[in-house]
Amino acid sequence: MSRWRGLRARRTNLNIHEYQAKDIFRAAGIPIPPGEVATTPEEAEAIARKYGGTVVVKAQVHAGGRGKAGGVKLAKTPEEAREVARKILALTIKDLPVQKVLVTPAADIATEAYVGVIVDRASKKPVFMVSPAGGIDIEEVAAKTPDKIRRHPVDPRYGLRTYEAMDLGFFLYKDAKQARAAALIMQKLYTAFMAKGGSLAEINPLVTTPTGDVVALDAKMVIDDNELDRLPQLAALRDESAEAPSEVEARKANLTFIKLDGNVGCVVNGAGLAMATMDLVKYYGGEPANFLDIGGSSNPEKVVAALKIITADPSVKAILFNIFGGITRTDDVANGIVTATKANPLKVPLVIRLTGTNEEIALKILQENGMSAMTDMDEAVKKAVALATGKAA
Amino acid sequence: MSIFIDKSTRLLVQGITGRDGSFHTQQMIEYGTQVVGGVTPGKGGQKFENAVPIFNTVSEAVKETSPNATVIYVPPVFAADAMMEAADAGIPFIVCITEGVPVLDMTRVYPFIKEKGARLLGPNCPGLISPGKSKVGIIPGRICTPGPVGLVSRSGTLTYEVVFQLTRAGMGQTTCVGIGGDPINGTNFIDCLSAFEADPETTSVVMIGEIGGTDEQDAADFVKNKMTKPVVGFIAGQTAPPGRRMGHAGAIISGSAGTAAEKMEAFEKNGIGVAKRPIDVVQLLKDRTS
Repeated sequence: MSRWRGLRARRTNLNIHEYQAKDIFRAAGIPIPPGEVATTPEEAEAIARKYGGTVVVKAQVHAGGRGKAGGVKLAKTPEEAREVARKILALTIKDLPVQKVLVTPAADIATEAYVGVIVDRASKKPVFMVSPAGGIDIEEVAAKTPDKIRRHPVDPRYGLRTYEAMDLGFFLYKDAKQARAAALIMQKLYTAFMAKGGSLAEINPLVTTPTGDVVALDAKMVIDDNELDRLPQLAALRDESAEAPSEVEARKANLTFIKLDGNVGCVVNGAGLAMATMDLVKYYGGEPANFLDIGGSSNPEKVVAALKIITADPSVKAILFNIFGGITRTDDVANGIVTATKANPLKVPLVIRLTGTNEEIALKILQENGMSAMTDMDEAVKKAVALATGKAA
Repeated sequence: MSIFIDKSTRLLVQGITGRDGSFHTQQMIEYGTQVVGGVTPGKGGQKFENAVPIFNTVSEAVKETSPNATVIYVPPVFAADAMMEAADAGIPFIVCITEGVPVLDMTRVYPFIKEKGARLLGPNCPGLISPGKSKVGIIPGRICTPGPVGLVSRSGTLTYEVVFQLTRAGMGQTTCVGIGGDPINGTNFIDCLSAFEADPETTSVVMIGEIGGTDEQDAADFVKNKMTKPVVGFIAGQTAPPGRRMGHAGAIISGSAGTAAEKMEAFEKNGIGVAKRPIDVVQLLKDRTS
């Protein structure tokens, strides 16, 4: 079955690094100071020497709060840049090991503002969000000083028109020259956002320098995965070494997987049912080990891949299949379970709930291989929880 | 009666010769849906299963077969164009099953469809079914049965689960609508709730929501202020970890984090019965309709 059939998966996004977002913004004409990426302390030192003067060394990792985690540091000399880079490259921020740093000349900052554009569900439009209080978490600004945030929906048929951009520019800066510079930056940001299939594009902070220039010091962009079919070059921006290995493997198998902290491994078709299954596990006193959606596909290989990912987690004490066959044929799922468990016998108990399309054939396949299945979701979840917690009768 | 589709629905299928389109067209015909035509560019003049005429364009199909609804099974990069083609040809009800439509496409499609005065269901949705009358999309017909309950859901298989539970409990349905889980979709909860409120045969409504956004909260307000029929609801994702969805900017814009707790509270506050488990929907409905 094709990739897009049915309700395969939750919408996912492609995260890219700051340096990659800066490349995109720079190519769109947004003023951004130079910078280069280093993967070793020595490379960082060489880049710092080339720029001369003080540099900033910034962890390139898909996590917010890099500064607070010690992932952003100033270095006055090339030697210091090397030592700072050594420390940052040894960090793990929010479970993600830092493997690259961006080295960029330190800028003198007069003021800091925030500029971002996202797709908004409510207005069904791209919406700009800007604030003269930048450089800090925009959530914090929204909570403490909501009047310092301006939202502006854009009609995608016309784009961000100049007068609209100017209006936002004057919200950020009193100085007409700076307002105009900011307006131009926002129009370019909008163009890059639309051209690269963004679901978010953000500059935080957008700074003014003591000489009055308006410059983007940081860049963030999230790309809609659904754009990759028509913009395949964007897929090259994905840095798999910066993602959790289990999630990379799942994506390759066309599964949606999110690791959680519990011990009941879940394999479900459809995101809503997968979430409802996790909720039921919790309801009956257990803890789900993951969210895993095999989607509306009948490919037995997906089931094999799913079991492989789940059994790699040592905290999993029981595995629960919850399959409601509509498009998904339950006999294909049963075949996948048989194939996978023959190749790699399970060390933990397996509870299978399946109902729907070709249920009779599926039950026969399972029975012939010494397995059984339940038809009631609640009963199956209860049993899996009992097995995982060692309370099974 | 039912909402959006019934026995008089004359359906066009865009992408009728594709693997998904042909499979589900067969299923719809077997269920009793009047499929009057199909569209696949380049295959105009042929017939699907020796019965349903195929056209190169939607406007041609409209001229020849007068459909009043269309269902779209084309690959995601062509879906935006297919939706706009249908609206431009004057089809008033457009159901887009395709998953993976780029969201920026939808920012352009949505205002276009509004301008044309059409209703869009989806994209990334299972479609809808009025049991015993007509089915448009991919909801399995055999789990449904005719009756007085209206159902609207953001999910696919979870919808089937709840419909299955209702059917097992002898509670049939007027119409089951899957509105889809994408950030921008054509028909929301309120559109369906108001249609169910106006439908004389529907006596109660089930709403299946998910984490994210504020659609369910807005719908809860609507139920309190505009509806006389009892409504019960379930929200999937009560245990979903926070912060795994995109960024925080979206939450700020909508003024809400869209958690399950928040939505269930909105349900409770506005008189909607809150099911903790999908199965609880059955008892809650019984309590409210007996």
